[in-house]
Amino acid sequence: MYSDKVMDHFKNPRNVGEIENPDGVGEVGNPVCGDIMKIFLKIENNIITDARFKTFGCGAAIASSSMATELVKGKTLEEAWEVSNKAVAEALEGLPPIKMHCSVLAEEGIHNAINDYRKKHGLEPWVEKNPHVHYHGEDPACDH
Amino acid sequence: MGEKRIVYMDHSATTYTKKEVLEAMIPYYSEHFGNPSSIYSIAGDSRKAIDAARAQVAKALGADTDEIYFTSGGTESDNWAIKGVAFANRKKGNHIITSAIEHHAVLHTCKYLEKEGFTVTYLPVDRYGMIDPADLEKAITEKTILVSVMFANNEIGTIEPIAELGAVAHNHKVYFHTDAVQVIGNVQVDVKAQNIDMLSLSAHKFYGPKGIGALYIKKGVKIDNLIHGGGQERKRRAGTENIAGIVGLGKAIELATADIDGHNRRIQGMRDRLLQGILAKIPGAYLNGHKEKRLPGNINVSFEFIEGESMLLWLDDEGICASTGSACTSGSLEPSHVLLATGLPVEISHGSLRLTLGDINTEQDVDFVLEVLPKVVSRLRDMSPLYHKSGKEGGCDVQ
Repeated sequence: MYSDKVMDHFKNPRNVGEIENPDGVGEVGNPVCGDIMKIFLKIENNIITDARFKTFGCGAAIASSSMATELVKGKTLEEAWEVSNKAVAEALEGLPPIKMHCSVLAEEGIHNAINDYRKKHGLEPWVEKNPHVHYHGEDPACDH
Repeated sequence: MGEKRIVYMDHSATTYTKKEVLEAMIPYYSEHFGNPSSIYSIAGDSRKAIDAARAQVAKALGADTDEIYFTSGGTESDNWAIKGVAFANRKKGNHIITSAIEHHAVLHTCKYLEKEGFTVTYLPVDRYGMIDPADLEKAITEKTILVSVMFANNEIGTIEPIAELGAVAHNHKVYFHTDAVQVIGNVQVDVKAQNIDMLSLSAHKFYGPKGIGALYIKKGVKIDNLIHGGGQERKRRAGTENIAGIVGLGKAIELATADIDGHNRRIQGMRDRLLQGILAKIPGAYLNGHKEKRLPGNINVSFEFIEGESMLLWLDDEGICASTGSACTSGSLEPSHVLLATGLPVEISHGSLRLTLGDINTEQDVDFVLEVLPKVVSRLRDMSPLYHKSGKEGGCDVQ
């Protein structure tokens, strides 16, 4: 059901853990829906120097978190903001349709962490260009 | 070198076909292949084989041979019993009673009948998955024509008070059907003593082949046909008989019911050691289902802070075959309707694991799972944002 790449990132997830004194933290998902991602970023001179995650969820959720943190490391915040859920899914050599929301969650986790950093620095949070129909905390029906 | 070790603990999903069963079946593919409806003498061999299998099934259920009808499996039997009684008795009433924890073969059939003008009551269950006969008593109306309650639940293993439920239905002159797919070989069935009018079973759940099952229909039950066509099965179920499958079903049910107590002692012994080991070794683990009124091979546990599919993937990597009630494996986004019906919080339902032991398992399998599972749970908890080693701050801290 999963690609070799998904299984690789599920079994050997990159960047698991937390960052002490992170510059940005993003948490998305809901335990009721069966997945929560927490993304931690270390940012120096507008560049993501480290990215870590903790995830409660299925194989696709863990693999998406792993891949998303890999993709944003070393990127400027502007570049990292452009890493889409599709890019995460493609880098994983595809996700089953019912699991695409896991890559959406990863994109949103990164976005939330970036905006957390921007807010801490008195900057306007960036606005989602293509807001997904999702379930940020309050939607226990998990409609997405 | 040697093949990867496989520990199969998903007997409620399906079982392997026993060697004796397969050996009994093979001649009916190549030698005795005659169509039982034909007149020439080789067709007689097929007819005799079917009669013998029918007698084996009848004996296992405490039924008469002419009350057994072969079908393609549990799903067809459930569809036939429910739709057949519903359509044959709709002049009498349009109300059906079932339970919230039925298999989809029953639930989706009932949903279909709702679209056809029937009303359906879904009886609730308590936290152990038990149905209260008093709830059935209250739900019956003058319009009720059928009660369908499963003998034992496939996910949490709870064994329902079938004889009592059947008695309530009969007091009101309402037909009583039970989906007994999980119980053959695990629980003694006696359709007369247990007040059962119709009973569904499926061979692949008790070491027989897939694609063959049976429906017991008590003499006198008013029921329409589901499959129309030729005159097979005494004009009640059309289609050329799956002779090899029928022979396999007969052999399998004979083997499975020859020594139920002995089988249960062995399976339950392993099951109890595995369950106790899991609960002792893994904190934040809870048993789902009933402690005693439970299928002998069934374990269903929920683990806090982790999700079921990722557990299954890791277990599979170690060669352990299991299943979960998490949404992530069901193809939907909702966790198991059975776990939710018992009142288990949604977030804990996502972290459920079902292990169903059977004849293939050994004490070594139990040791192996007890070695692997705690590592898998702890690996996943270490990456879960809900899990804090102090155990106090979990956002998923639900008892």
